[in-house]
Amino acid sequence: MLESPDNFRKDFPFFAQNPDLVYLDNSATSQAPSCVIDRLNRYEQLQKASPFRGLYPLSVQATDDYEHARNLVRDFIHAGSGEEIIFTRNATESLNLVAYCAGNALIHAGDEILVGITEHHSNMIPWQQMARRTGARVRYLTCSREGAFNPDDLEQSLTDRTRLVAITQMSNVFGQINDLRTLTQIAHRRNALVVADGCQSVPHIPVNVRELDVDFLAFSGHKMLGPTGIGVLYGKKDLLNRLPPFLTGGEMIEEVTTEGATWAPLPQKFEAGTVNTGGALALGEAIAYYNRVGFDAMMARESALTRRLMTGMADIPHVQIIGSPKPELHHGLVTFTIDGVHPHDVSAIMADHGIAIRAGHHCAQPLHAYLGLNATCRASLMFYNTEADVDAFLNILSEIRGAMGYAD
Amino acid sequence: MPIKPFYNDILMDHHHHPAHKHELPDANLTLRGVNPSCGDQITLHLLVNDAGIIQDGSFTGDGCAISQASADIMLDLIIGKDQTNALHLCSLFMKMIRETVSDSELEELEEAGALQDISHMPARVKCAVLGWHTMEEAFRSQPTIH
Ligand SMILES: Cc1ncc(COP(=O)(O)O)c(C=O)c1O
Repeated sequence: MLESPDNFRKDFPFFAQNPDLVYLDNSATSQAPSCVIDRLNRYEQLQKASPFRGLYPLSVQATDDYEHARNLVRDFIHAGSGEEIIFTRNATESLNLVAYCAGNALIHAGDEILVGITEHHSNMIPWQQMARRTGARVRYLTCSREGAFNPDDLEQSLTDRTRLVAITQMSNVFGQINDLRTLTQIAHRRNALVVADGCQSVPHIPVNVRELDVDFLAFSGHKMLGPTGIGVLYGKKDLLNRLPPFLTGGEMIEEVTTEGATWAPLPQKFEAGTVNTGGALALGEAIAYYNRVGFDAMMARESALTRRLMTGMADIPHVQIIGSPKPELHHGLVTFTIDGVHPHDVSAIMADHGIAIRAGHHCAQPLHAYLGLNATCRASLMFYNTEADVDAFLNILSEIRGAMGYAD
Repeated sequence: MPIKPFYNDILMDHHHHPAHKHELPDANLTLRGVNPSCGDQITLHLLVNDAGIIQDGSFTGDGCAISQASADIMLDLIIGKDQTNALHLCSLFMKMIRETVSDSELEELEEAGALQDISHMPARVKCAVLGWHTMEEAFRSQPTIH
């Protein structure tokens, strides 16, 4: 039996506040349940103290709560240790951290970095910049028109100079899950590290970093029911230990003299300055919410909604779906175009009818260029969306060509 | 039930039948403009003579109905005018978008007045001004034409 969406929706004040809005931009950012916001408020209003340094009870509690949140993240992605979980601002910062610190420590002039053509700018530009600094070279791994990576292509693209592969677990354009376990095995056999972007996957499917064996995984709290301003970098302990610090300053040191400093052990070494305690606690609460509802229930909802959405879209003439025609490969995320109507006009018409979708290149301009597209539209679902949301979207979608002056 | 046409007739007409959307092989002033938020991009091609008169003009590229129609309307207005006049119209257009244009100024803008309502759609302002802004930049970056 599918759980009723009403049972979820009542947990999200956003929907009571915006009763007429059809929110289908969940890949950009998700809504947060009240327990998450309450946790943030409780810390900022009633329990605020800086963790780690104070010896008074509130500071000790902040430290305990912060570390508890870290452990919830650790268990959520099945990392081996809390030392492997670094809190950041968002996935972009996590990816920049790795790219910045790996330059010179792990990557040198003449080395190659292989980047998926599907990548979000946040998992592409940091590598381009790092290549400039180090004299390494960025090469790209291409995918099929439907968004799938062929392991043989990876095999072919790896050279003796490839040190690192940067690839997403789930593209924010295709919605398809990449078989990171297989791709990582291939990369590791050739001594290349794997940096995975988990921004879209972690909110929608169970992720086990030890099973995948990726070396780094980045994701953002705000896309997984958490607040803005908190993100995560998972990294294997031995690799994190080999990297130099990213930002330097307070909290990340062991001992400081006028000559220099020694670094705090993991994970503090990478968490310079006063940390985002409220954000971390709220993210921990979001994970507790995931654990209470369970991925089985969430995924059942998302797959039922995706099927309804894509079946409906297939029946509307002039709608072109980007990626696989199979709903089960989309995980709630469907990118599309309408013949003769620019995506920006599509989303403006949708907005006029209270429907929030995304239009543009979704921070994946090289992928759009590769696909020969300038811009696309994207509708993205979360388990708390309803059949009525999908139907409202389909209803307007079928009218858009008419509203733009086409007869059919 | 069908929904109503989204844009007015003038915009819709320029969007579906742009008179100036084509290459211009003998152009001597060409500039590309982009609107990164939605991926609109247009390239403006102008043929400007020694006296500064815009003898011909066109645009190419890809963008939403507003950016395309606005560029087409702009070219209708500026072809045959000199650079100073074109920049004057551009400043009136920007005034219209900022809602500080007078009635007589609005008249000077002729069909471009069809974009007046854009001032109420902040998300679309960048689309409406893309062509105009590109023209301004083109003249700024290359004040003397040969
Ligand atoms: C696949 C992917 N990677 C990275 C990001 C960047 O996330 P953030 O902006 O939260 O750093 C996003 C979201 O915009 C994304 O969808």
